[in-house]
Amino acid sequence: MNLRHGLRAAPFALSVVFPCLFFLAPVLQAARIGDLTETNVLEQATRFFTFQDASLRIALIGCILLGLNCGLLGSFVVVRRLSLVGDTLSHAVLPGIALGFLWNMSKDPVAILIGATVAGALAMLTVTAITRTTRLKEDAAMGLVLSSFYAVGICLLTMFQRLPTGQKSGLDKFLFGQAAAMNGEEVAVLGVTALLSLGFIVVCWRGLVTLSFHREFGESIGLPMGGLHHMVMLLTAFGVVTAMQAVGVVLVSAMLIIPAATAYLLTDRMHRLIIYAAVLGVLTAALGAFCSFLGNNLPTGPFMVLAGAAFFTVAFLVSPKHGWLTRLWRQRSLRVRTGREDTLKAMYRVLEERDWSSEGVTLLELAHWRRETLEEVQARANEVKRAGLVTAEEDGATLHFTPEGLQTAQAIVRNHRLWELYLTNVMQYGSDHVHEDAEKIEHVLGEDLVRQLERRLEFPETDPHGKKIPALRGPDPPAETPAVASGYRP
Amino acid sequence: MNQLIPPFDFQRVVLDPWTTSLDTYGWMALMAFLVMATCGLIGNYLILRRMALVGDAISHSVLPGLAVAYLITDELSLPVMMLGALGAGLLTTVLIEFIHTRSRIKSDAAIGITFCTLFAFGVVLINVFASRVHLDADCVLYGELSYLSRGGDEVAPRPVLIMGGVGLAVAVLIAVFYKELLVSSFDAMLAASLGFAPKFIHLALMAVLSIVIVSAFESVGAILVIAALILPGATAQLLSTRLPVCLWLSVGHAALSAVLGLHLAIWLVCSIAGAVVVSGTGLFVLAWLFGPEGLVVRWHRRAKPLPA
Repeated sequence: MNLRHGLRAAPFALSVVFPCLFFLAPVLQAARIGDLTETNVLEQATRFFTFQDASLRIALIGCILLGLNCGLLGSFVVVRRLSLVGDTLSHAVLPGIALGFLWNMSKDPVAILIGATVAGALAMLTVTAITRTTRLKEDAAMGLVLSSFYAVGICLLTMFQRLPTGQKSGLDKFLFGQAAAMNGEEVAVLGVTALLSLGFIVVCWRGLVTLSFHREFGESIGLPMGGLHHMVMLLTAFGVVTAMQAVGVVLVSAMLIIPAATAYLLTDRMHRLIIYAAVLGVLTAALGAFCSFLGNNLPTGPFMVLAGAAFFTVAFLVSPKHGWLTRLWRQRSLRVRTGREDTLKAMYRVLEERDWSSEGVTLLELAHWRRETLEEVQARANEVKRAGLVTAEEDGATLHFTPEGLQTAQAIVRNHRLWELYLTNVMQYGSDHVHEDAEKIEHVLGEDLVRQLERRLEFPETDPHGKKIPALRGPDPPAETPAVASGYRP
Repeated sequence: MNQLIPPFDFQRVVLDPWTTSLDTYGWMALMAFLVMATCGLIGNYLILRRMALVGDAISHSVLPGLAVAYLITDELSLPVMMLGALGAGLLTTVLIEFIHTRSRIKSDAAIGITFCTLFAFGVVLINVFASRVHLDADCVLYGELSYLSRGGDEVAPRPVLIMGGVGLAVAVLIAVFYKELLVSSFDAMLAASLGFAPKFIHLALMAVLSIVIVSAFESVGAILVIAALILPGATAQLLSTRLPVCLWLSVGHAALSAVLGLHLAIWLVCSIAGAVVVSGTGLFVLAWLFGPEGLVVRWHRRAKPLPA
């Protein structure tokens, strides 16, 4: 019970927390910058948007490239449920970075890239080895590998700090990320990595899609699935390592996951997913860089993640297809429509029972038929009146169909009876078992399906219970409601 | 290279910590043991329930909980800290569940999104309110086992007392609710049919986990705490298939890796928390190689022809 309460409260928590996380960030920052001078934020913003600084230009290009790269690769990672592989990789490459640094005691991007790639590959192999040879499951193996590799890295880094060159090595920038600290050489490496990923995806597109959705099929037709998988992992390791400079070890996996997950909420097609993820990655990275640039020496990584989380929240709530609020809204409108159709159907049945001898349906009759109270029926009547399907007499107690209302009612009754007939005649159901099913399906049968049913049932006149099935309406519906009503009198 | 790895001085590395400088190193070793043992006990259950990565998530998201607790009460008192962690831990669990049940996002991506966002929020808070939040970034990443000093009238340094208390509480809880935890970890359906409310047990476990993580947080940092959670249990489960034996073995693993780690850190002059985890990993590798189902036994079995 408590849990259910918790879950019901969760939407509110989520819809409050995520936007707060994001909107709070600039405010908090402003609070700090406000301590210095009032104009500083504006000045920094203008500096950002006029691209005056060469270093800023480099950093921004770097961020855009890394966002692009992470978005491209993240799509495959998220679709294949490998999200936490990025996390494992990003932590596990730390000793590789440290050793790459040790190579010639400087932040040589190529040496660091090689060291990190080796460490990342080793980590992934260890995870596979542990899951194959022990009883430990993949999650435990990943957690184990990521934290123990990280521990080795931390030991190495703290050892370096004793060295005379270690203090100013800038290795600590790897931990939380500082986009502004990127230099031209690192951006070049980023560019090459992004190009490699882009080229690889374009060239191996079919193989990659097969790998993502149906690996066994790919293997059975002889595509090199194993090779492609390792290539994706290798490029992901490259992406993680090169992005680390700007985003930091801990949060770099977020750059893989968040833009791709956001795109995953927006589309069902893989090629669109990749494009959206790349665009979102670029936006996220640039926005994060902008936020961190506003402040003095703020780490870039956390701001990128918060920017990404903001995009994700929006998509999560109002994505046209898969948004949570969108879906709630769709369910609500379906419920409303079903309710209206039930009212119209009840009115139709009341009139039919009376052999169409008079036209108005009183609320009392409706209440009788629906076995509901007068208040409930009044609410129903108001709802269909608002939708223009029914008009009421002056006293408000007698309802008349409008032409659209009658058409809808006929369509629903037709759907219901056709479906009952289909179930009894074609599917061989007992005629006393079909009503419940038809109650549900009558609201969702589409025009095409109804035509097909009619053809299949050879244009029937009556349903299994001997009631008349309202005929399909002709090309021009009669304008007068009474005429229509009498036209269908049996 | 010589600069990097100091010579192995037996007197300094092995003897001194237990004789002349016992008052500093003794407490460190004890603290490392308590952290590894407490995390290890609860970690056994995480591994069995395949929730190792939820542990990962909570260990990251405790950070904003702590930071917010600091901001609300300027000086961090123990209950506030625990409350902050508890809130953060439960929020993480609920958010992960929420994202993954209310959208098409899979659970792994939901875990990643949730903890990265919360952690990022925590880092931003720490950076922006650096003057009010007494947690620095280094502490989050490596932890600080080094500053354990005993006040004049205290039996032990305060962090050691807290960790000891939490460890004791976890041990008692496991002893009292042993049956419930056992059944719900191995067979949630059976637990439900026996009336144990597996969802409640799950949330309670998450709450205890958050408390454990926050008390270990300042000593080992956000990421090494994952190692403390997983390593002892994983090593123990390579050596035995009985849960009670595993629990005791993980305590043994904690003790060994704390002592070995201390010596390693003194020798290499590096982060103690890192060294403790590295020696714990060493023990895991030994168990992996030489355990009853270890690699050596497997190779041996494969090399030997099957008896006719």
